[in-house]
Amino acid sequence: MLQVISLLLENKPGALMRVTGLLTQRGYNIESLTVARTLDPELSRMTIVVDVEAAQRQQVIKQMNKLINVLQAVDLTESPAVVRELVLVRIRTQQETRTAVLKEAEIFGGRVVDSSTDGFAIEMTGDPEKLGEFVDVMRSYGEIEVIRSGAIAIALEAKKLKLQPPVEPGAGSRGPGAREVTV
Amino acid sequence: MTTLMSGARMLLECLAREGVDCIFGYPGGVTLPLYDVLYEHHIRHVLVRHEENAAFAAEGYARATGKVGVCCATSGPGATNLTTGLVDAMMDSIPIVALTGQVSTKLIGSDAFQEADTFGITRPCTKHNYLVKRLEDLPSTIHEAFYVAATGRPGPVLVDIPKDVFQAQGHYQPVTAIHLPGYKVFTEGHTGQIRRAAQLIQESERPLVYAGGGIVAAGAAGELRQFVELTDTPAVNTLMGLGGLASRHPNFISMPGMHGSYAANMAMTNADLLIALGVRFDDRVTGRLAAFAPHAKVIHVDIDPAEIGKNRAPDVPIVGDVKRVLAKLNKLLAESGAGDERVAAARRAWWNKIRGWKAEHPLEVVKSDSEIKPQHLMGEIDRLSGGDAVVSSDVGQHQMWAAQLIRFNEPRLWLNSGGLGSMGFGLPAAIGAQMARPDKLVFAILGDGGFQMSIPELSTVVSCGLPVKIVVMNNGYLGMVRQWQTLFYNNRLSGVTLDAFPDAEKLAAAYGFKGKTVEKPWELAGALEEAVNEPGPYLLNVKVTPEECVYPMVPAGGAINEMVLGPPQPVAVPK
Repeated sequence: MLQVISLLLENKPGALMRVTGLLTQRGYNIESLTVARTLDPELSRMTIVVDVEAAQRQQVIKQMNKLINVLQAVDLTESPAVVRELVLVRIRTQQETRTAVLKEAEIFGGRVVDSSTDGFAIEMTGDPEKLGEFVDVMRSYGEIEVIRSGAIAIALEAKKLKLQPPVEPGAGSRGPGAREVTV
Repeated sequence: MTTLMSGARMLLECLAREGVDCIFGYPGGVTLPLYDVLYEHHIRHVLVRHEENAAFAAEGYARATGKVGVCCATSGPGATNLTTGLVDAMMDSIPIVALTGQVSTKLIGSDAFQEADTFGITRPCTKHNYLVKRLEDLPSTIHEAFYVAATGRPGPVLVDIPKDVFQAQGHYQPVTAIHLPGYKVFTEGHTGQIRRAAQLIQESERPLVYAGGGIVAAGAAGELRQFVELTDTPAVNTLMGLGGLASRHPNFISMPGMHGSYAANMAMTNADLLIALGVRFDDRVTGRLAAFAPHAKVIHVDIDPAEIGKNRAPDVPIVGDVKRVLAKLNKLLAESGAGDERVAAARRAWWNKIRGWKAEHPLEVVKSDSEIKPQHLMGEIDRLSGGDAVVSSDVGQHQMWAAQLIRFNEPRLWLNSGGLGSMGFGLPAAIGAQMARPDKLVFAILGDGGFQMSIPELSTVVSCGLPVKIVVMNNGYLGMVRQWQTLFYNNRLSGVTLDAFPDAEKLAAAYGFKGKTVEKPWELAGALEEAVNEPGPYLLNVKVTPEECVYPMVPAGGAINEMVLGPPQPVAVPK
């Protein structure tokens, strides 16, 4: 099944590689992945959709949370969240189908971003399923080219972010349990 | 107050602050600036003869002491040669810091001489890794590396340092704080879950402690001992956990798993409660997972949240440092006093059952009049060690016999490559251990295969004056692979015959120390004593029964109570 994960990670060299490498290493298939800076330029927000068995979902989150550059990994699959994706469709139209294509785009809430005698370029945002339906409908009118952005998601309930406080150098020599943290 | 110094000097300042006294390494072009400052530094550099062995030696140092081991290699081939040791440390949760040189920052990405993407290559081989591109990041990165390596679930951390960062001059200011906001370590354990665990333990009629490398890593041997005595619970130690509960302790059963004892595997299978402490339900322990401990509820304590529920869903999950969790559990159990009589009677019956299994199929020191049996060899080493020597093992049959038959009365005496199973581990790890514990008797028990992977390190042994006792269990085969070919591939022995083994006495003499070959059982004890009494290193080549197989054995895919206890008929491989 598809799992939607939202990651907050430090914007450090190699951070993206750690996330994708971990997913590959553990045998999870990436459906989509988007990443961009947050309001805080030192942090990035990543939305990953992976295809995993339901029983593995928690394991994926735990493995993500083990990455030192990851501040927070949240499973948004079943928690209240809005998932959105952008699709760009270029469709070739004949004179007689142009009106119908425009009508369909309007029904789906799509927006024409380019129009020429050959056809249209249409952008549409929505949840990934609805985008799929839109693409299917467009395809029925003729030859199309489709580019999808991959999903981005935002949780509707804020999850408290717990950052670990600084420690003294050499604290590790007190053993594996040297670090005190709040759970 | 700051001091102007080079990056290389800063690195050594940081290492000294972390208490590093010894680095296992191999120099090269881009680490020249580092070696130049090492020239006059108090930190000792041990020149190994291959970078892979630098990582293994650092592991041996860490495994024998619990301190972070340090290894060092140059860019390109130096760094790639370290990777086996890094993965080895990753699999067994061993804290090491690997320092690698990199080509100068302006050359990175240009396919420069001896350039390799060490940062990319070692990402999956390490707990965390760094490429330091700016001198000002170097000190904090080094302290972070040690901190990450040693805390939580320990593991290897690599720091890749370009040549120009070593050379650059800057003002050194000692780091006062490490900022790792996303590094989450849970140590305390959930109080409610610990209480539930205590309750399950008190109600259990057939409890069993299944303790692993986590006990050793956490330094929790004392708490474990207190726990088993308080509850009179029988305990098994995994391959990684040997010594976590002393072998001589009356509650210690032995090792479970593929080559575990009959009693340990039967106890696992029949227990109604597994108290899993610092273990990861590895496939070599559980056998067929669906049939593993089918009657048992599971309390799983581990510092790594991802281990909990990874292979077996526990009834009571406890994420925490096993030392602290056990201390809390012991306190609760001590306060609550004795359980009811029904449970006590069931426990007595459980103990009788376990004693019965032990008596039925004990792990025995098999001997012969004409040949040295491998078990005989391990029995003799055990006699000389008395549970007190450091035994660094390589990988294969000898490793299993050693684990079965040599006693370890403390943690950090038994060093072996458990998770990765890296041949060539035993000798360099013994070097690291002997460097760290110069007064200890250190055996390196190797097969004739693994020994031949490590021969170059004989010069390291001599050069450092290390009195390591190298015992080669020589059966002329890559014995474990040969065993599988015998048992599961119609005895079609393919690519496993190790002929042309060198003359041990001459080989050792060529390096300037004593060696000997023995093949008669009556010579064995004396030869081992001579090796131990020799003030310097010793190479003892012991020719053992070539065709001996390790038993008990759980065939791949079998349940652990479906053990093969002795030589069976060869099984045909399905076409």
